[in-house]
Amino acid sequence: MSVIIILLCVSFLISLGFLFSFFWSVKDGQYDDSVSPANKILFDTKNIKNVKK
Amino acid sequence: MHTSRLATKCYHCGNEFQVNKHHSSDEKTFCCSGCKSVYELLNENNLCNYYELNEHPGQFVQKEIRKEKYAFLEDPKIQAQLIQFQNKNFTHLTFYIPQIHCSSCLFLLENIYKFDSGIISSYVNFERKEVFIQFNNEKTSLRNVVETLEKIGYEPHLSLKGFESSPQAYDKALLYKIGFAGFAFANIMIYSLADYFAVQDPIEAKLDLLFKYFSLILSIPVLLYSASDFFRSAANSLKQRYINIDVPIALALIITFSKSVYEISTQTGSGYLDSMAGIVFFMLLGRWMQSKTISSLSFDRNFRNFFPIAVNKMVDGKGVPTLISELQEKDIFQIHSQEIIPVDCMLSKGIAKLDYSFVNGESDIHEASIGELIYAGARQTGSKIELITLKPLSQNYLNNLWNNPRYNKKENSGFQILFDKIALYFTIGVLLLGFGSFAYFYFQGEYQLMWNALTTVLIVACPCALLLSQTYTYGHILNLFQKNKFFIRNAEVISALSEIKHIVFDKTGTITEIGNSSVKYFGRKLKPQEMENIYSILSNSMHPASQNVLSYLNLKEAKFIEHFKETLGSGIEAWIDDQHYKMGSVQFVGTQSQTDIMGTKIVVAIDQEIVGEFVIETPYKKGIKALFQKLTKQFKLSILTGDNDRERENLKKLVSEETELKFYQSPEQKMNYIQQLQEQKSVPVMMVGDGLNDAGALLQSHVGVAVMNQANSFTPSSDAIIASESLDKLDALIQLSAKSKSIINYTFIISAIYNLTGLYYAIQGTLSPVIAAILMPISSISIIGISYLWSRYSAKKLGLKIN
Repeated sequence: MSVIIILLCVSFLISLGFLFSFFWSVKDGQYDDSVSPANKILFDTKNIKNVKK
Repeated sequence: MHTSRLATKCYHCGNEFQVNKHHSSDEKTFCCSGCKSVYELLNENNLCNYYELNEHPGQFVQKEIRKEKYAFLEDPKIQAQLIQFQNKNFTHLTFYIPQIHCSSCLFLLENIYKFDSGIISSYVNFERKEVFIQFNNEKTSLRNVVETLEKIGYEPHLSLKGFESSPQAYDKALLYKIGFAGFAFANIMIYSLADYFAVQDPIEAKLDLLFKYFSLILSIPVLLYSASDFFRSAANSLKQRYINIDVPIALALIITFSKSVYEISTQTGSGYLDSMAGIVFFMLLGRWMQSKTISSLSFDRNFRNFFPIAVNKMVDGKGVPTLISELQEKDIFQIHSQEIIPVDCMLSKGIAKLDYSFVNGESDIHEASIGELIYAGARQTGSKIELITLKPLSQNYLNNLWNNPRYNKKENSGFQILFDKIALYFTIGVLLLGFGSFAYFYFQGEYQLMWNALTTVLIVACPCALLLSQTYTYGHILNLFQKNKFFIRNAEVISALSEIKHIVFDKTGTITEIGNSSVKYFGRKLKPQEMENIYSILSNSMHPASQNVLSYLNLKEAKFIEHFKETLGSGIEAWIDDQHYKMGSVQFVGTQSQTDIMGTKIVVAIDQEIVGEFVIETPYKKGIKALFQKLTKQFKLSILTGDNDRERENLKKLVSEETELKFYQSPEQKMNYIQQLQEQKSVPVMMVGDGLNDAGALLQSHVGVAVMNQANSFTPSSDAIIASESLDKLDALIQLSAKSKSIINYTFIISAIYNLTGLYYAIQGTLSPVIAAILMPISSISIIGISYLWSRYSAKKLGLKIN
């Protein structure tokens, strides 16, 4: 039984990790624009000085 | 020069043009010097990748850029209105650039630092059509940056703070809520699964209880945080004494939760927390999909968005940039070509050729003489003029029109009520059913069962199924609309669209193309000498059609013609170089027309031989006739225009006899007409218009559809925006929205079948919890899937784009 409790805690912590990484990505603005990032990787010339908002 | 075979496409903007007028550079052809100079600029900076990413990505940039156009950006007061952040060295600001449309734009705009070393970085938000720019104050200035953008064909739309209601940013909080609901849903599912398979064992039972409490703890924030919007909107609607779709949902959530708490604390059952979390997750996801309308369009525009920010006020003979809101009575200011006049004023210098089409729908250019009163909103099409302000901005004619209380009365519009009717019937039905069974068991004396029956009915007949099928179907339809360049303000417009019975169209700009009518020539090739002769003869004619042909032929000199005779309204004949020329209407020349294009025709006969004809096309948009034919079958149509009735005959050919045509309509009259239809016939009315003169009618109608003539043009306040090229699909789009109703109904029935099956077994006590737990997500997912496939199928059948 104790094994299951450990499993429960570990799985809960891992999913909590995913939840926070999701929150982080929202806060960082990853969902602001779903079109440009996909296109930007195709450009040959590198725009090094690209800074985010 | 006459056939389209010789036309070619501009390397930069893709516009077709005649070869004989081309500009070329590096063996590439351009339609104008503007396009060519953009190409050369890009070539210089090694940015020709721009043309490799997409074919003809550019914007047509024919107009010459006026040198002092952006001088006003040097005024710190104006700068302060535009800049987001500024310190000693750096400036940050965001421009709205409506021209952004493809990956080439993205590429170019993120490389603008190559044109101006002062620009540190630029970052494009494609969905919002914005570019965020950081630049170094010492190396460049705001004015330079804007001018650089204009030079490459991406002129930003500048607007002052507070004037523009910026397009709605998406709701980040909604994403957090979805994330948490999904997290809780997954965890509760896992604990529940363990619970379902638990064997009857004293140790396992303890574990089982632990899992249940864990689920309970997780579900509390789901209810209080993730589902908070449902409660808020339900409370709001109850306060206003009506029932929206969120009321039954809030009720079901509360009952599900309290029953689960009761079952878990008394250890009489395992509760429904897994379903509750799942439903909240799926509902929020649907709502997210629905809210993701195009974020770069603003549906609420004030007429001031169309005005320039600043004009040059004349002080001691010099132009001083001044905000238009600071113009005082008797101030003298300059207006340049293609600018909109911001205040009521008087012409003092120059030749005013005014285009009032935006304000009152008149398509003809009005030539004003010195001293004449000019109303705000007119566009100057001639060259530079000077004007004397008569009334400051806040008192002008447009402002008065706009502040008419009737323009601001759209609060609880017709379709809101239609939309919520479903929710009302549904709630009443479910409550009747629940309390009916409650009463039944009460009179049977089965007190334990009566509570059970009430809660089970409310939980199983969950309105969530209705909401799910509705939100997802509307979400899919919204998406399909966007693919066909039809953008709607929100999902409620879909249900309003399906109710429409009467459609009112504006003429100028809505069903006709903006700009001059185009001339085409059909027939044998004309010799240069013949062309010269035709030009010379027609230059003696007063008829407007002749003027059109003259500007089409575009020769420099006209020969003097000794012998000619003009028959007014019919044609002209003349002797020149011992040849007899006869030109004019079909009857005048005595022949039959060889083309079936609509418009005014000038047939040319030389020595009795018909050589060809010039057709001055009435610039109706492509597919308008077919659209009207399809629409008359289902709807009543009207056409209102502020223009004169010159086009009456041509319009009659386009529409059926029952269609009402009204000319010389003021903005006020248009609005009244719609109101009359609504009140006297009580039918839902749709208004399709494009200009400020339609703004009142657009607001008054049940669904106001604004026609967007160019990617970067601005539309008045409306419920929906349709791209000009998609206007011929309007009937299919309306049909698709009507179709959405049956899709919702059928998916709802399907989910009801799932629920009833569950209910049937649940009452008999033979439904194993595992099956129930699997059934719930499957029913949700199949609703989503069915509504997706069905709406795509319907759209395809109606001939709409689906990819």
